[in-house]
Amino acid sequence: MSARSLTTRLLAIGGATVLIGGLAACSSGGSADTGSGGGKVTITYLADNAEATAATAKPLIAAFEKANPDITVKFDTKPQGTDGDNLVKTRLSTGEMADVFNYNSGSLMQALNPDNTLVDLSKESWAKDVDPQFTKVVSTDNGMYGAPFGTSFGGAVLYNKKVYADLGLSVPTTWADFISNSEKIKDAGIAPIIQTYGDTWTSQLFVLGDFANITAQQKNWATQYTKHKESYADQPALAGFQHLQEGKDKDLYNEDYASATQANGLKMLADGKGAQYPMLTNAISAIQQDSPDAVNDIGAFALPAENADDTNLTIWEPNGLYIPKTTTGDKLAAAKKFIAFANSSDGCKVQNDTGTPGGPYVISTCTLPDSVPPMIGDLQKYLDDGKASPALEFLSPIKGPNLEKICVQVGSGITNAAKGADQYDDDVVQQAQQLGIKGW
Amino acid sequence: MTGVTATLTTAVAPPQTTKAGPGPARKRMRSFYPAWFFIPAIALYVVFFAVPTFAGFYFSLTRWTLFDQTFIGFDNFVRFFQDPQLVSGFVHTFEYGFVTSAAKVVLGLALALLLTSPVLGRGYLRAVVFFPVLVSTIGIGITFKALMDPFHGIINGVLGSVGLPTPGWLTDPALALWSVAAVDVWKGVGIATLIFIAGIVAIPQEYFEAARVDGASAWTIFKNITLPLSRPAMGTVIILSLIGGLRSFDLIWAMTGGGPGFTSDVIASVIYKQYQAGFYGLSTAGNVVLFIVVTAIMVPISWLLNRKQADL
Repeated sequence: MSARSLTTRLLAIGGATVLIGGLAACSSGGSADTGSGGGKVTITYLADNAEATAATAKPLIAAFEKANPDITVKFDTKPQGTDGDNLVKTRLSTGEMADVFNYNSGSLMQALNPDNTLVDLSKESWAKDVDPQFTKVVSTDNGMYGAPFGTSFGGAVLYNKKVYADLGLSVPTTWADFISNSEKIKDAGIAPIIQTYGDTWTSQLFVLGDFANITAQQKNWATQYTKHKESYADQPALAGFQHLQEGKDKDLYNEDYASATQANGLKMLADGKGAQYPMLTNAISAIQQDSPDAVNDIGAFALPAENADDTNLTIWEPNGLYIPKTTTGDKLAAAKKFIAFANSSDGCKVQNDTGTPGGPYVISTCTLPDSVPPMIGDLQKYLDDGKASPALEFLSPIKGPNLEKICVQVGSGITNAAKGADQYDDDVVQQAQQLGIKGW
Repeated sequence: MTGVTATLTTAVAPPQTTKAGPGPARKRMRSFYPAWFFIPAIALYVVFFAVPTFAGFYFSLTRWTLFDQTFIGFDNFVRFFQDPQLVSGFVHTFEYGFVTSAAKVVLGLALALLLTSPVLGRGYLRAVVFFPVLVSTIGIGITFKALMDPFHGIINGVLGSVGLPTPGWLTDPALALWSVAAVDVWKGVGIATLIFIAGIVAIPQEYFEAARVDGASAWTIFKNITLPLSRPAMGTVIILSLIGGLRSFDLIWAMTGGGPGFTSDVIASVIYKQYQAGFYGLSTAGNVVLFIVVTAIMVPISWLLNRKQADL
């Protein structure tokens, strides 16, 4: 190739790159000022795509727009689970996040690099009303980034009270009692423990819901775990994996455990075809929707530990509402108003009217309605007795991405408890390194 | 390939070409189009292929959270190869790739033989075999997930009604990967059949007539005429289906999500899960590994098949 033609080609490439770069800059600059014209502001609210989420979000937006006629809120949805996590991270890092978004508190929120991406809300008027336990799980050393939305809930065993009454069983407080109850239920021809690996995340309850029992036996376990000084391969944490294996070994799971979905599992529980389902208690809203007559038959008890003294209820904090740093000016003011409204008594009324609470609220402006499912009373007893403590994801930023698959393997008998615990200890290493935690 | 042929021609017959142009060396370099003609293509290539490729190689050497990145050298690759799921993921990928490819070759050839013979409703049958290729892979995955449901699926409903065993096609750890592979073959065999039909139709009829005059049996005709002369078609089918099999992801993800547990995980699904988990550097390293592995397998195979084709 001659020297001249090479130069022309290089020039051409350079010119084209500049051209395309310029176009890209144009398109990203173009969207900045939409919605601020004429004193009317439009903001976007992003939440997950579950039916129950939309059932609350839409009336909430309608009530807010009625109270603030100059603000319009557009509702946008994201997938649940890890797909959604990924979308939130991508949109935050590309500066395209919705003005207000609804996302987990605790370890998942910590993974968003909140100091650099989210607006500090600690000076907002509602902040002082928030339960300090919740404030902790949406804060870093530099600020508080989230407002609560929805109620806290438990990770517990939902059980069918009718089945328990028919068979003359009482609520178990030790693991041995739980197993002996389950054997009796099995003899009666009812599936004793419901597992639903068609929705893989549901497999984690035996392990995650056991965490309050670990804390009861060893107060500083979570801190030591973050420092890489405790692991799931050793007791007391190994117990969760062992329980999962024992249920399979003793054939206590429903026969379609490998393919059933969470909805199938809740239906089984409501119909009395299954007796006990380790689940998050906010699933009660799905029972309310699909089998409203059965809501009063459902109770809850904490996943039992080996000793009754250690049997505590594991509590999950509600999701938070967050504002990304890319939202500024009028939109920021409107976004803050929206968050304040969601936590005002009007906002709480919408939440109460449109969903079924899975546990108590974590902000003093919100109170539960008079008629709540009896299951809430079961949970409240643990809270009143001081026998409840937060799930690991609210005490440590470390949560491995593959726990649900590992639990499916143990619960299906593909691997045993010790192997599963080892695999999970391996799985969290990458997460800890990614977060830059010392000691990993 | 054409470039090489052109060079050979010019080298063998220089007198003609010198008359036509300013010299063989210059002619080979000179394009028919002016430089500006290539600008759009080059710009697209640089922006969408060259830059991302090199950025990918760079990010595979970092711990990358999308918000910031730390250069960590080859740690990602070390970590990637220590991952116990990855080893099983590799094994599954090869099993899946080779089994689906082999099945597509055998079934595709058999179907092509049937559909090139004067069978009743040939045009219709050809369309039916090709139809699954046109349907979205995710759609097929979701449909078969429902069909293969161990308790409510039609497949087990039929098997159970005639007293046959009703396995958990997608929930039995020993079966899951093979159930997906079977669906993959069903979906992809149409393309293989089409390529084989084109190959067989291109064989001159005289060979078959001559063989028949000589009294050759059907098997001999197949073994000595159809099979060797459709080898170029076979090479294409093997390469296409093997590449497809080694990097397959969508069907597996739609049907099992790599499960139960990790029993149907392939490299691509392991990488995707790492990406989902926010391990962007690690999953980029995984893609670099996948790229190298697929290249390392495909280049020799492609070379081998092309050489045989040239021998014919």
